[in-house]
Amino acid sequence: MKTKLLATAATVAVAACATYTPPSEQETMAVIKSSFRDRGQAKVDRLTQSEIQKICTETANDPPKDVRARLEKAALATVKYPADGKWLGDFKLGERIAQTGVGLQWSDQAGSASGGNCYACHELSKAEISYGNIGPSLNNYGKLRGYSEEIKKYTWGKIWNTHAFNVCSSMPRYGDAGILTEAQIRDVMALLLDPASPVNK
Amino acid sequence: MSSSRLIAVALAAGAAVALGAGGALAQSDDKTLQEIERYRQALLEGNPAELVAMRGEELWKTPRGPNKVSLEKCDIGLGPGVLKGAYAQMPRFFADANQVMDFEARLVHCMVALQGFDRAAVVKSPFSGAGQRQTDIEAITAFVVEQSRGMKIAVPQSNAHERDSFERGKKLFYMRAGPYDFACSTCHGVDSQRIRLQDLPNFEKAPPAQKAFATWPAYRVSQGALRTMQWRLNDCFRQQRWPEPVFVSQGTIDLITFLGVKASGGTMDSPAIKR
Repeated sequence: MKTKLLATAATVAVAACATYTPPSEQETMAVIKSSFRDRGQAKVDRLTQSEIQKICTETANDPPKDVRARLEKAALATVKYPADGKWLGDFKLGERIAQTGVGLQWSDQAGSASGGNCYACHELSKAEISYGNIGPSLNNYGKLRGYSEEIKKYTWGKIWNTHAFNVCSSMPRYGDAGILTEAQIRDVMALLLDPASPVNK
Repeated sequence: MSSSRLIAVALAAGAAVALGAGGALAQSDDKTLQEIERYRQALLEGNPAELVAMRGEELWKTPRGPNKVSLEKCDIGLGPGVLKGAYAQMPRFFADANQVMDFEARLVHCMVALQGFDRAAVVKSPFSGAGQRQTDIEAITAFVVEQSRGMKIAVPQSNAHERDSFERGKKLFYMRAGPYDFACSTCHGVDSQRIRLQDLPNFEKAPPAQKAFATWPAYRVSQGALRTMQWRLNDCFRQQRWPEPVFVSQGTIDLITFLGVKASGGTMDSPAIKR
């Protein structure tokens, strides 16, 4: 620290010909971590990055091919498929989950049910005009892709741990991070893949 | 301006957006954004932030605290008592505190160093709750930022402290963490993104960064309260599922430095009014 201070003073003194050295990763992380505090369920340990978070941060969400392949494979291995083979729940409940944005914030009760907040980023049912555009439109999701077992398995995996298919995707890991329960994921699956769902009308 | 009239204006404009958006979205996103912009213009006609700023001015000029002095000798970067344009050049390095500070941090510094207030008490509840009176910090911030309206944003990078602040802020901006894996840049690093119908400024580009930085603090109609930049960051991190940023902590100041440098060259237009 003292050396840094001296170096800084020297930099200022001979600004005309000095080269600037940015703060080290360690110094920066120390400042960042000391700038947050636990509140409710949102504890400071959330700032400790996972390997994927770290690599995606460092590579501007574009890691080298071999790293990407390794991380995606590991993410796919985290996906828990429904033991009873039942993919679809109730699309009406799924719509409610897609509309709700609460969960895991310091302002939410720990352990209370989270929403999926799908509409924050995706278009789904045509009836809901207030949708975001960070993710692609999912309107007619099943109609366009078909209702095959293969699509259902892929979609389940995508919701459970999106990083299995696009390692630095912006989408949360709904199953892997414990945001939605298995039953809730079934309901969201129905919203996307039940032919009777408003998404496919 | 009476609050009932304000609400009427807001509701009417809100309804116009909702009706307009129904058909518009099917046609084009641009039209939706135009409707939202029209709503903002309608709101501009009467901004209750003026009342908050008036109270802030009184607080600034009244002798207060154990030392019974006003804040008129407070140096927020351009010399003691100089307010015009000062907010537009913050955060900056302050030698007397050996620290880069945003306005809110500097205000706390002056309330402690000049007026003799207890720091812990000053920073305990910086943001007003629902239905509560605006805090002194909010009111004073509204008053001081008003003195920079129309001035160019010029957040300095003239020494190693200010450059360090930018570098740390940049790191924080792109850092993915928490159960949702979100960084600031997840929402604010891409052009023309929206959450629901709310457009998200891309801080990597000057025009959206300028527009966003220039319009905080702002009066939030949906909350009936003036909100500061520190509040803005706090509520972003809440939704980012991160722990709570400590009020005027170095990390929050660094992030504001990063945003402010990205917004440099823009023109301050705050307190603004938002949905």
